[in-house]
Amino acid sequence: MELQSKLAILADAAKYDASCASSGAVRGDSLNGTGVGSTGGAGICHSYAPDGRCISLLKLLLTNSCIYDCHYCINRRSSNVRRAAFTAEEVVKLTLDFYKRNYIEGLFLSSGIIRNADHTMEQVIAVARTLREVHDFRGYIHLKTIPEASAELIETAARYADRISINLELPTQKSLDLLAPEKSLTRTRLAMGKIRHKLDEAHDRRKNGDKKLRHATGQSTQVIVGADASTDADFLARSDDLYGNFKMRRVYYSAFSPIPEPSKILPLKAPPLIREHRLYQADWLMRFYGFKTSEILTPEMPNLDLDLDPKLAWALRNRQDFPVDIQTAGREILLRVPGLGVRNADRIIHIRRHTRIRLTDLARLRVSLSKVQPFIITADHHPNSMLLDSDKLRARFLPKPVQLELF
Amino acid sequence: MECVDPGKTFSSWRKAARDLLERRVAPQNVLWETGGLFGSAVVRETAQPCVIPKVPAAFLDLAQTVSYHNDPDRWPLLYKILWRITHGGERHLTSIAIDPDITAARLMEKSVRREIHKMHAFVRFRLMDTDAESGRERYAAWFEPDHYIVEPGSTFFKKRFSNMDWSIITPKGCAHWNGKSLIFTPGIAKNPIANPDQIEAAWLTYYRSIFNPARLKVKAMQTEMPKRYWKNLPEAELIDELIGSSRPRVDQMLTEELRPVKPRPKNAYLDKLANMSKEEREE
Repeated sequence: MELQSKLAILADAAKYDASCASSGAVRGDSLNGTGVGSTGGAGICHSYAPDGRCISLLKLLLTNSCIYDCHYCINRRSSNVRRAAFTAEEVVKLTLDFYKRNYIEGLFLSSGIIRNADHTMEQVIAVARTLREVHDFRGYIHLKTIPEASAELIETAARYADRISINLELPTQKSLDLLAPEKSLTRTRLAMGKIRHKLDEAHDRRKNGDKKLRHATGQSTQVIVGADASTDADFLARSDDLYGNFKMRRVYYSAFSPIPEPSKILPLKAPPLIREHRLYQADWLMRFYGFKTSEILTPEMPNLDLDLDPKLAWALRNRQDFPVDIQTAGREILLRVPGLGVRNADRIIHIRRHTRIRLTDLARLRVSLSKVQPFIITADHHPNSMLLDSDKLRARFLPKPVQLELF
Repeated sequence: MECVDPGKTFSSWRKAARDLLERRVAPQNVLWETGGLFGSAVVRETAQPCVIPKVPAAFLDLAQTVSYHNDPDRWPLLYKILWRITHGGERHLTSIAIDPDITAARLMEKSVRREIHKMHAFVRFRLMDTDAESGRERYAAWFEPDHYIVEPGSTFFKKRFSNMDWSIITPKGCAHWNGKSLIFTPGIAKNPIANPDQIEAAWLTYYRSIFNPARLKVKAMQTEMPKRYWKNLPEAELIDELIGSSRPRVDQMLTEELRPVKPRPKNAYLDKLANMSKEEREE
């Protein structure tokens, strides 16, 4: 098969993986090397596709042949999709050719499971090893690993990569049993635990002087939203587990997307993109805003409000906590005000030492006044208490009815 | 009113500003005019120059970045802020994010930073030739930035591509790396790079294939990749076609016949996984 055809098949096969992050790697460059590449700092999105997604890495499957039968996946064994396989050399050359033209930050390599976990891992590692050792490639490498692969192989992958990941795909074993019969929550968590241990070890070595240590700095995972009946509470509880126990850098939420090879037990629907967005917002509230899962969702309300962002929805349920005085409120209280982000909360804390804050000041910080006004007190503003109590407040924030988007 | 030429760079402006500060010339009495007919940055002798207080590093950082902006008003704005810091007793001015002058300067700083970031993202190199003896490759790129960012934006490329030769050519200045030193030359008005690059075809295939037609979000794409950059991005020629064909492609998927579930094939490894799962359930 021609290289262009392989590329078309194996990039198409990789596009359902949401992660394209290229940030968080150890700082390094090629000034004292023989090849190309640098990492460190924020990642760079070199292009955007019309799906709004960043293109930062060359995201490929080594092969889309697979012995697993995950029903949401176009590459499952029962799909009739056209199969292809790259050689390690082909992926190495593509990566370097793209990198030198400044199309990408590096490589994100995954693979269908062929023969068994260890054999597949070895193939993936061979690509990374050639890039690093033969070509002294110092760009970003993200390797997908397999929970059942041996600990030694996973550690080898981590030594060549900047980021490694195992996709959990579904939040509970019940869902996995139904849609991904080969996958196991227990085995995945076990592998994530081992990876965390290795990442911590590498972190300590780096801290104790081994500054140039080549080793992955983080792990991430992905779950598919909307493929089955899992609720947002199921997803957030799982994320809590993953961030807390395995120090996940990111949990990616990927709205289940129609695939050309639909499975009988998973009929296709258009992807609920807004649900994916709300889950990301809730995820941020948990990680950066001090919210607990139990505050964002309740047993009676296991799904996020699709019309309102989760912080606003929380504030509307907890009106007794408002209005908040911007001049005196503590940081953790400011972070709970709808319309105030981490950065602006910190700026306000800094500025209010010198001045009495007024609404125009907030406007200069590009805070949305219509959003914050009902919840705050400033030197020149006190919200109408009637408004805060009234159901009109919710109505004020609901999206305006719009015509369906025309293609 | 005094006419002063700030020159084109941070250091030429800084020199002119120091001179003004020493002579206590207030901002409202200065007319900044680059290459102006009347003024010049010649330092005037004064009998008793006043001592300029030490300027906070935070201001110098801000001023350096703002100096790359293309707005001619950056020079008077920076001088006004500098004056308020040194002669107005507002030493911590740069940290007052709600001050109108600081807001204006920060906005310029942000556009410059963003443009540098976009340069790192959207410069597209083309292979010019390969040295037959050493095998060293020579690349060139054409880029059209809004601001004067070629110098601050080039260190990144030096570090990343130190083992290839490259030139970045723009109307606002050019940068060249030969493995030893980074050289800057004046801008060129028109794209001189004619060579096509064979790898571009593979890049277009990749762009086409990584796009998911079931999640069209054109606005999100354009926010991050504004149209003004498209003309120098080879993949942008595919955008219209991909948007146009996305709906029929999704409709096609939705009418596809559902594929039946097949029984697990005979495979020792799959049997092993099934046994492991069974044991896990029993635990």
